[in-house]
Amino acid sequence: MRIGVLIKQVPATDKVKIDEKTGTMLRTETEGVINPLDLYAVEEALRTKERFFPNAEITVLSMGPMMAIEAVKEAISMGCDKGYLLSDIKLAGADTLATAYALSSAIRKLGGFNLIFCGERATDGETGQVGPSVAAQLNLPIITYVSKIEKIEDGKLIAHRAIEGGHEIVESPLPAVLSVVKEINEPRLPTLSGKKRARRLEIPVLKADDIEVDESKIGLNGSPTRVVKIFYPKIAREGEIIYADDPEKAVERLLDFLRKRDII
Amino acid sequence: MKEKSVWTLGEYRDGKIHTVSYELLAWGRSLADKLNGKLTCVILGKNLKDQIKELIYRGADHVILVDDPRLEHFEVDPFVKILGSLVREYEPEIFIASATTIGRTVMPVLAATLSTGLTADCTGLDIEEETGLLLQTRPAIGGNVMATIKTPDHKPQMATVRPKSKRPLPRDESRKGKLTERSFPDSYFASRVRRISFIPDESAEIPIQDADIVISGGKGLKDGKNFSLLFKLAELLNGAVGASRTAVDNGWIPYSHQVGLSGKTVSPRLYMALGISGAVQHLAGMSSSETIVAINTDPEANIFKVADFGIVGDLFDIVPLLIEKLEKERGERS
Repeated sequence: MRIGVLIKQVPATDKVKIDEKTGTMLRTETEGVINPLDLYAVEEALRTKERFFPNAEITVLSMGPMMAIEAVKEAISMGCDKGYLLSDIKLAGADTLATAYALSSAIRKLGGFNLIFCGERATDGETGQVGPSVAAQLNLPIITYVSKIEKIEDGKLIAHRAIEGGHEIVESPLPAVLSVVKEINEPRLPTLSGKKRARRLEIPVLKADDIEVDESKIGLNGSPTRVVKIFYPKIAREGEIIYADDPEKAVERLLDFLRKRDII
Repeated sequence: MKEKSVWTLGEYRDGKIHTVSYELLAWGRSLADKLNGKLTCVILGKNLKDQIKELIYRGADHVILVDDPRLEHFEVDPFVKILGSLVREYEPEIFIASATTIGRTVMPVLAATLSTGLTADCTGLDIEEETGLLLQTRPAIGGNVMATIKTPDHKPQMATVRPKSKRPLPRDESRKGKLTERSFPDSYFASRVRRISFIPDESAEIPIQDADIVISGGKGLKDGKNFSLLFKLAELLNGAVGASRTAVDNGWIPYSHQVGLSGKTVSPRLYMALGISGAVQHLAGMSSSETIVAINTDPEANIFKVADFGIVGDLFDIVPLLIEKLEKERGERS
């Protein structure tokens, strides 16, 4: 049983710099952390191994600049068995289609997985498109918004999906790609021995040439979408701010305001 | 030259056309008009033929309907196969879907299948005058910046659109449109991920993303039990209750209520932030609300910067009074 987890390193701070020419993120200037929503994917991979496949091997795979190796190591320190980083200047500037193409090529090159976990979305790009796109490019079933894995038996998986208005229970054959939501688990903290292991473990870095890709499909050139403009939204509103020295009056004014806006 | 067409994916849930379908048609209508083109809604479902005219009344020129008992519930494989086949046949310029769990699942798979670009969760769509290309604007990096994205050389230009980012057009019963019914061979309906059952949420609460009014509470509530105030106010206003991350992390209210970067994004008609300071991560999830009202004891709180109306004061003085006055008003009216 081979389990894969796809993770992304995201900027640790809210202050992200943007290359104004290309509109892509300048990642190197800010400290990175593992995408918080990917921790749930790592945790669910670990739990799946513990619950169903004690002999399974969990492989973490990330794509990004060299510093993303730290994110891979963080996942290792939580208990994943091994990790790879896909990092090449040729892959830079990829949109979700080109990213998913590179990741799916790497997954094939690594021999494929029986189960692939990813987070719902990354907190920087916030698209949630890479997981489903990887599934499509590997021609695997995709189960999005997974909130619970009920069982895995005879090559079949039963999972709950958190969707509008409730939870849908679905059945899928393996191999499959699962994107998990926050309610699925409570991610564990790295252990001391895990951290030690992560420090010592070598994380192989895969280049574009290592994963047998069509170069016209990777990086900025392989991306159908182009960022053409970046701008700061004007979220500030020139609102009316009053002091509630007299709560009675303040509430009256609030009600007048809501009436004027046709809300009540 | 072939007439340009803009496609929207109609959404069918629980036997009904969902209102996000009409929001998309409002977006699609303005795009199609700018392109002097036609607006087509593609919808897949079961027994919905008699509802199709609603899509026309709300702006569609053309509806492509695939009506089949096997499409009662969304399953990704049949959707991708059917939509992929229709896109290859009709070659629309633009194809948009709502950024619901359906749209966000089917569109990335479809875009990969068609090797085209897809922009997630747009809050603005427009047509570039010189090129006729779709300009797709979305919040990026936690809502700190907005990005406008184009798909210059691939068709269709695909995007998902954040629900509630536009109001449906008024219903116009005089509108006329064409209906094309299509059926597909059995092989199109094979699905690897199959729905077994559905467990509806027990609470009768409106999900926060769907609510017209959201009353949110944060650290200033001091205790989980004080959320009862918010539930009472929300009930009076027919709204839903939201929360800041602090409130959720403190265990005061379940995660499904969380608004912000790591929670839900909402853009209701009215967003009331009670005892919420307004961290960037929170603002990212609510700053596109039509009207924002904030109540906080700290006049320097960030939330006041985005508020249309703010009260510097103790929510425990103000909210009970507000409830009392609203109750009285309702009492007089009925």
